[in-house]
Amino acid sequence: MFELLGITPQALFGQLLLGLINGSFYAMLSLGLAIIFGLLNIINFTHGAQYMLGAFVTWALLHYFGLSYWWALPLAPLIVGASGIVIEKLFISRLYHLDHLYGLLLTFGLALIIQGVLRNNFGISGLPYSIPPQLSGGQNLGFMFLPNYRAWIILVSVIVCFGTWFVIEKTRLGAYLRAATENPTLTGAFGLNVPLMITLTYGFGVALAALAGVLAAPIYSLNPNMGAELIIVVFAVVVIGGMGSILGAIVTGFGLGLVEGLTRVFYPEGSAVVIFVIMAIVLLIKPAGLFGRTA
Amino acid sequence: MAVDVQTTSNVAPVAQRGAKGMSTLHMAIFAALLVAGLIAPFFLYPVFLMKVLCFALFACAFNLLLGFGGLLSFGHAAYFGAASYVAAHAAKVWGLTPELAILAGTGAALILGVLIGSLAIRRQGIYFAMVTLAFAQMVFFFSLQAPFTGGEDGIQAVPRGHLFGLLNLRPDFTLYFVVLAITFGGILFIYRIIHSPFGQVLKAIRENEPRAISLGYRTNRYKLAVFVLSAGFAGLAGATKALVFQLASLTDVHWTMSGEVVLMTLIGGMGTVFGPIVGATVIVTMQNYLATWGAWVTIVQGTIFVIAVLLFREGIVGVISKWVKRPL
Repeated sequence: MFELLGITPQALFGQLLLGLINGSFYAMLSLGLAIIFGLLNIINFTHGAQYMLGAFVTWALLHYFGLSYWWALPLAPLIVGASGIVIEKLFISRLYHLDHLYGLLLTFGLALIIQGVLRNNFGISGLPYSIPPQLSGGQNLGFMFLPNYRAWIILVSVIVCFGTWFVIEKTRLGAYLRAATENPTLTGAFGLNVPLMITLTYGFGVALAALAGVLAAPIYSLNPNMGAELIIVVFAVVVIGGMGSILGAIVTGFGLGLVEGLTRVFYPEGSAVVIFVIMAIVLLIKPAGLFGRTA
Repeated sequence: MAVDVQTTSNVAPVAQRGAKGMSTLHMAIFAALLVAGLIAPFFLYPVFLMKVLCFALFACAFNLLLGFGGLLSFGHAAYFGAASYVAAHAAKVWGLTPELAILAGTGAALILGVLIGSLAIRRQGIYFAMVTLAFAQMVFFFSLQAPFTGGEDGIQAVPRGHLFGLLNLRPDFTLYFVVLAITFGGILFIYRIIHSPFGQVLKAIRENEPRAISLGYRTNRYKLAVFVLSAGFAGLAGATKALVFQLASLTDVHWTMSGEVVLMTLIGGMGTVFGPIVGATVIVTMQNYLATWGAWVTIVQGTIFVIAVLLFREGIVGVISKWVKRPL
């Protein structure tokens, strides 16, 4: 059957795997954007830069402190998340009374600064970071070869995404969060510290981006621009999914990664734009997004 | 959902403007700008001035959409860059005269504006910004892969040609006055749009869209119209730029270009008439001085963004407008 289409199963499953990995990053990043948007009502344009920072901190921990990938996995998100909390306290919190678009402009400016500083210090050629030895090698599944590290990315991403979904939808903490998203004033009146929740939520969303960066460090080119192009695609993912639902962000992220992988098999020239084309179609048919709630 | 730009700058009601639509103050400023534009090339490098002019028109086009339509597009590089490519291709490969090449570029930007605009206006606010950014990225990828754009190299050595087949535009000095005429004509046209009944409806939509709908306005049509106009003027600027630098490249369609025009408008003053001109002058001059500093340009631009958003939302002209208590 595959031969009829002129495509070997290895190529097909290989691209599907790559698509699934891209989807893992889309899902984690759009999840972070959705959570931040839910509570702060801003689009965090710095998200791509913070993903890139996660990867750079991973590199720096190894290079300057000799701390391995396994240390970076918890440390990098904590460090970048903490920097996110500082950013929220110093800058973003001053904009809540203004139109949401100012938040977009501010975080865009911050992203430019972060990218510029790293480009000054590290250039754009890319830094090397090798796959941790415990995850090198791979499995032969018969129909395809599955590198261990790629499987690891998908595993971590699925666990983190659904873990986040569980916390937000099924726990008490999540209930507070959903209440604050729905009506911050009323939630505050019930004695919950909404400003603190907002700050921590931003920190958490940023930490998610940084975690995606840690996962990306060994397989993608580690350079200051790595987040900028990616975040624009993630914006399209968010428009397609609609930011109303956590599960929607996750499903859309993985799904679009797969679609992109399939496009790379059947029509390679279109793979760079397929997500934008889908966005156009979704805007025509269901402007609020697949999982969006019409306001 | 409109940007709360410059309600201060609109303190004077429309009725106070002259019957011809242009206040005396604005007319005086336009005249002063024109005089400055006419004598400037005798003192400053014409290519630098032409760059300022092209970006001033680009920023004014963008401000028409953001400042008066209340729509933040984060993908205006698409129209600027696409027009730049089409004009360069038309002049170089088809051998069209410069005015036809510029028209072709502007036409391409208008068509692109209709296509993207009709989709983008289906979402509001932040989503609108993301949608326009994503479509602009699509145009970027197209420009990277399409056979006629020259990929990473762009279209180089674009001939400036002879205006109407007569006037040789090769000398910078001659071209300068053509560019000045285009920019000035474009900006005056935008000014006319802002102060037309159409412009007033736009302001109503910006301030309160549901209310404008309830008054019977088909707001989506107005939004699409202003989007397409803005894309067209951005294209006019991009096409002119292609002739000035004899180059159309990926820089023109990149998202950083979209960010730059937002910055110019923000610095100058959103929703003011003259703000974008001032903002473009400031940013282009700054880029000129920092050109040898590499990534510092990005850092400085980012810092200006942050400072402008936190402390200086009215922009330069917005602040002056507050001082003199007149809309500028």
